[in-house]
Amino acid sequence: MTLLPPRPQPGDKQLGLVIDLDTCVGCHACAVNCKEWNTGGHSAPLPDHDPYGSDPNGVWFNRIHTFEAGQGTSSRTVHFPRSCLHCEDAACVSVCPTGASYKRDEDGIVLVNEDACIGCKLCSWACPYGAREYDTDAGVMKKCTLCIDRIYNENLAEEDRVPACVSTCPASARHFGDLNDPDSDVSKLVAERGGKELMPELGYKPVNRYLPPRAAKKDQGPSGVGASLPPLVDLAPDGDSKFLRWVDRVLSR
Amino acid sequence: MHPAYSVIFFTTASGAGYALIFLMALFAAMNGVPADPWFGAVGLGLGTVLVTGGLLSSTAHLGHPERAWRAYSQWKSSWLSREGVLATATYVPLALTFWGWVIKGSMDGTFSFIAAVLAMMCLLTVHSTGMIYATLRTISAWHNRLTVPGYLCFALLSGSVWFHALAQMFGYQTPAVALVVIVALFLSFYIKRKYWRSIDTQPGPSTPESATGLGDRGKVRLLDPPTMTENFVQREMGFSIARKHAQKLRRICFFTYFLIPIVLTGLTSNGEPWLAIPGTLLAAISVSVGVVVERWLFFAEAKHVSMLYYGAEAA
Repeated sequence: MTLLPPRPQPGDKQLGLVIDLDTCVGCHACAVNCKEWNTGGHSAPLPDHDPYGSDPNGVWFNRIHTFEAGQGTSSRTVHFPRSCLHCEDAACVSVCPTGASYKRDEDGIVLVNEDACIGCKLCSWACPYGAREYDTDAGVMKKCTLCIDRIYNENLAEEDRVPACVSTCPASARHFGDLNDPDSDVSKLVAERGGKELMPELGYKPVNRYLPPRAAKKDQGPSGVGASLPPLVDLAPDGDSKFLRWVDRVLSR
Repeated sequence: MHPAYSVIFFTTASGAGYALIFLMALFAAMNGVPADPWFGAVGLGLGTVLVTGGLLSSTAHLGHPERAWRAYSQWKSSWLSREGVLATATYVPLALTFWGWVIKGSMDGTFSFIAAVLAMMCLLTVHSTGMIYATLRTISAWHNRLTVPGYLCFALLSGSVWFHALAQMFGYQTPAVALVVIVALFLSFYIKRKYWRSIDTQPGPSTPESATGLGDRGKVRLLDPPTMTENFVQREMGFSIARKHAQKLRRICFFTYFLIPIVLTGLTSNGEPWLAIPGTLLAAISVSVGVVVERWLFFAEAKHVSMLYYGAEAA
């Protein structure tokens, strides 16, 4: 059904991701794990054409870009994982002519019903974040499912019932939870770090939040390099040491 | 946006087809054209062929055309669904009008009313196609008040020149038809010029900074795309055309959809049939070429905000 459900009401669950741009190291492990997990399960298989050749292409739900934010010496390299933001006002849902694109009322996850999708691609035109891709083999649209086949999966241990990308991140840069619950860990993280919406001016009300890189500490460069070391010894004027002063100089280089 | 030939063919052919049927039906309902069965057959027939060809072409390019019937279900929310419903429903008054005009040979009474309904439904169908594009917030070039009027005007233009050419071929010199063509020409010119000016001078509200949320640090630029080769989103949304090529195509567009037809129509429509028939026919062909170029540019010059993640500086 492509009418958006009447939400969020107070008490509605809105599951989503929080991505920490300060700690993401751009390793692409989340993208790879997502691709691997989706080799089976809800959206399987994902096309992977010419993977070792000269023109590899396929469907990925999660893609990592790298941006330079700022200019000159105050700029910062930011790795930017991008996947479906499970928007509250998801136009990808309302433009779908068949009802294949839908937003779940119980947890807000936006999904594609691959049995109803006709592959017209209008949903991908409606998505500002480029989250939807067309599977040329299956003839349907595919997108991040928020690992709906993992998060409720009783065959997995409780601690593994998180999206594949969240479980695999080696830098703990990805977090999963209920963003409509102000007491959840993710909501607290967003409040504490000032999590940002992407393209809020378009009015899609995206649910995922991006935590901006932290401001540099005083007298450090943006990535923490260049801090001056505290002096090794406190050199009193009558104090020893030419030797200790020399050590201090050497260690402060 | 990638200018897919199937979509360009669909929008131009169906736009012209619906407009031709619209004019045939409207003029018939108002007794503006003689109820000649041959004229009805050729005019409505050509319109039907254009519309059906366009609809079949766009259905054939779906990933799952056999499920296309599902597209009737979401008319409450989706303009694409509404277009499908209306396009299909329009065949009913079309068939009835064809029967009345061509088989029965009369357009009086009930058939006059049915023809008016047909004209209305053609208008609603073309309107809903235009709304599919105008409601996409991701493409600022389309998400404005000029898109639907422009779409309707170009449909009217491409249909009216064929209506005019056919009327001349069948020996009808109704000046009202020529007037419709001239009005459509000027309206289309005015709207298109405004549209081009607006997309040249007004970028959309989104920037790489708003797309990444990193604007607090200053300017944001792409260092590394996610893959070395293009993905679906880049192929579908990433088409861009160099400004100087776009300007050249706009000039070609202007000559073919406006200048040549207005000269031909102005000079020949009141003249002798040996002049008027080829004159109006050439005008129709010229407009048809011009509308295809216009539609190609409509897609090629449209920028999608997702490209802000792939190095675009504005969208």
